[in-house]
Amino acid sequence: MGGEVIFFLEIVISGVMAGVMYALVALGFVLIFKASGIFNFAQGVMCLFAALALYDFMAPGGWVDRWFGFTFPVWMAIVLTIGVMVVVAWLIERLVLQHLVKQEPIILFMATLGLAYVLEGVGDILFGSDVKPLDIGIPQGASDWALDNYGIYVEKLELVAAITGAVLVTILGIFFHRTRIGRALRAVADDHQAALSVGISLRTIWVIVWSVSGIVALVAGIMWGSKSGVQFSLSLIALKALPVLILGGFTSVPGAIVGGLIIGVGEKLAEVYLGPFVGGAIENWFAYMLALVFLLFRPQGLFGERIIERV
Amino acid sequence: MNPERPPNGVLLEVHNISLAFGGVKAIEDVSFDIRDGEIRAIIGPNGAGKSSMLNVINGFYHPQQGSITYKGETRSQMKPHHAASRGIARTFQNIALFKGMSTLDNIMTGRNTLMKKNVIWQALYYGPARNEELKHREFAEHIIDFLEIQAIRKTPVGRLPYGMQKRVELGRALAAEPDLLLLDEPMAGMNVEEKEDMCRFVLDVNEEFATTIALIEHDMGVVMDISDRVVVLDYGKKIADGTPDEVRGNQGVIDAYLGVSHE
Ligand SMILES: Nc1ncnc2c1ncn2[C@@H]1O[C@H](COP(=O)(O)OP(=O)(O)O)[C@@H](O)[C@H]1O
Ligand SMILES: [Mg+2]
Repeated sequence: MGGEVIFFLEIVISGVMAGVMYALVALGFVLIFKASGIFNFAQGVMCLFAALALYDFMAPGGWVDRWFGFTFPVWMAIVLTIGVMVVVAWLIERLVLQHLVKQEPIILFMATLGLAYVLEGVGDILFGSDVKPLDIGIPQGASDWALDNYGIYVEKLELVAAITGAVLVTILGIFFHRTRIGRALRAVADDHQAALSVGISLRTIWVIVWSVSGIVALVAGIMWGSKSGVQFSLSLIALKALPVLILGGFTSVPGAIVGGLIIGVGEKLAEVYLGPFVGGAIENWFAYMLALVFLLFRPQGLFGERIIERV
Repeated sequence: MNPERPPNGVLLEVHNISLAFGGVKAIEDVSFDIRDGEIRAIIGPNGAGKSSMLNVINGFYHPQQGSITYKGETRSQMKPHHAASRGIARTFQNIALFKGMSTLDNIMTGRNTLMKKNVIWQALYYGPARNEELKHREFAEHIIDFLEIQAIRKTPVGRLPYGMQKRVELGRALAAEPDLLLLDEPMAGMNVEEKEDMCRFVLDVNEEFATTIALIEHDMGVVMDISDRVVVLDYGKKIADGTPDEVRGNQGVIDAYLGVSHE
């Protein structure tokens, strides 16, 4: 392969890594939006919160270590963090959603805005705001396999992220389409009243979607944290998820994934190939530009069934 | 026969129900009962409070006054989840289906309360959960055969014509194997042939499965033909209650339908 082609591929692959991240965050958004019509501004902070919790369960010098003098093995820390995210979901339903059931979407959105600040604040108090290197044993450095066979430089972490993302999406797909709970989730997304009439409990479903979103957030948080350390800027990734949603459609799971990949790859390519002509830093605004174009020509997104305004 | 059903033969009784939305009195001090195994029609002009009454019975609306006795248990209000799990299923005046899902999946949701709650196995779609799923699918297929909708079992219901959607909605309610089936204008907007089909299904359900049915319907011919007893509402009040013949001859009912003397 020519050097040009390899260079191009390396850019695409690094874009895929970022894209998987965006897709995972957008996926959390879509799940909650489908099931409850709520635009969850706190999704990015949930990634941060999950990663912080995981760090403190397992890392030397973390919260558990400082208070109790030991740390949990990685797998146990992950299980415990999943538990934490389920409890967070339950608390959100209990303390916030339950009281706002029949309110306007904008009020629910404001509630999630508040939630974002609460989670960030709690995260700060409990875990501190310094950058924490997260190491759950994902191999670092370049993949020798890709380098030897194809002459392409790929981070092992990027491969792991892509595979994990694909596995997670497959599991969610089976869960949604083959099980009673998955069917109940889709039913609630479709028609609240009808769902109630067949005995589906909205509250249970909400706890489940928020839990699943929390677990998806944990996966995203692990990936990002392994790459750049767990830091508060992680919550800003939510802002990148917005254009992903506009591209993919707010109610589409495949849309979140394809949208995430398009934006992740697109902004890397734009940075390298268009950057020099406009003075660089395209990566910062490319996603929003693309979203704007979509809003003008295809506001329901690539896969969306309906316009954002719902409920 | 279901051992839970009370010996006096009354499956459901509403006592002195009053329901208001702000200043609008949708139901005023209405009482009636539904006997085990009967087809009970609820009729009355538009806005009489018929749909509101069904909503009270399955727990969508909570009345300000009165109580509801179902299977011998008296409460001041029902909750939708409780109603569904105790055997009350319903259809809606304005079809409420899961439009993106297939006919089969819609009917499967009807079995929600009958399925076990093993979340973990469910999530993994493994072992016992998988077998259970297959067992319920078999039942759903029975209903599809019964309602003669095999041809559309995989079609997303949003694409079906209106009459078919009504039928799928009935299927979803039947999938719950209900003891009490609430039908809100199941034949509204249908042509003669579709109405006849629907009538036949309602009668068959009542006879074959001994399901008690509360039916709201505007077509007087249908009501007089298939119902055992009729309760008549007008402006939120009960104005008559009896067999079709008794109700037909009632002066108040005739006045209400001819629009006489409301002032
Ligand atoms: N959710 C609601 N909010 C406000 N008013 C309602 C609501 N549901 C019903 N009503 C009012 O209650 C009255 C009875 O309505 P309804 O029960 O639908 O009558 P029917 O089914 O007999 O035509 C009407 O005046 C209607 O406007
Ligand atoms: Mg009505």
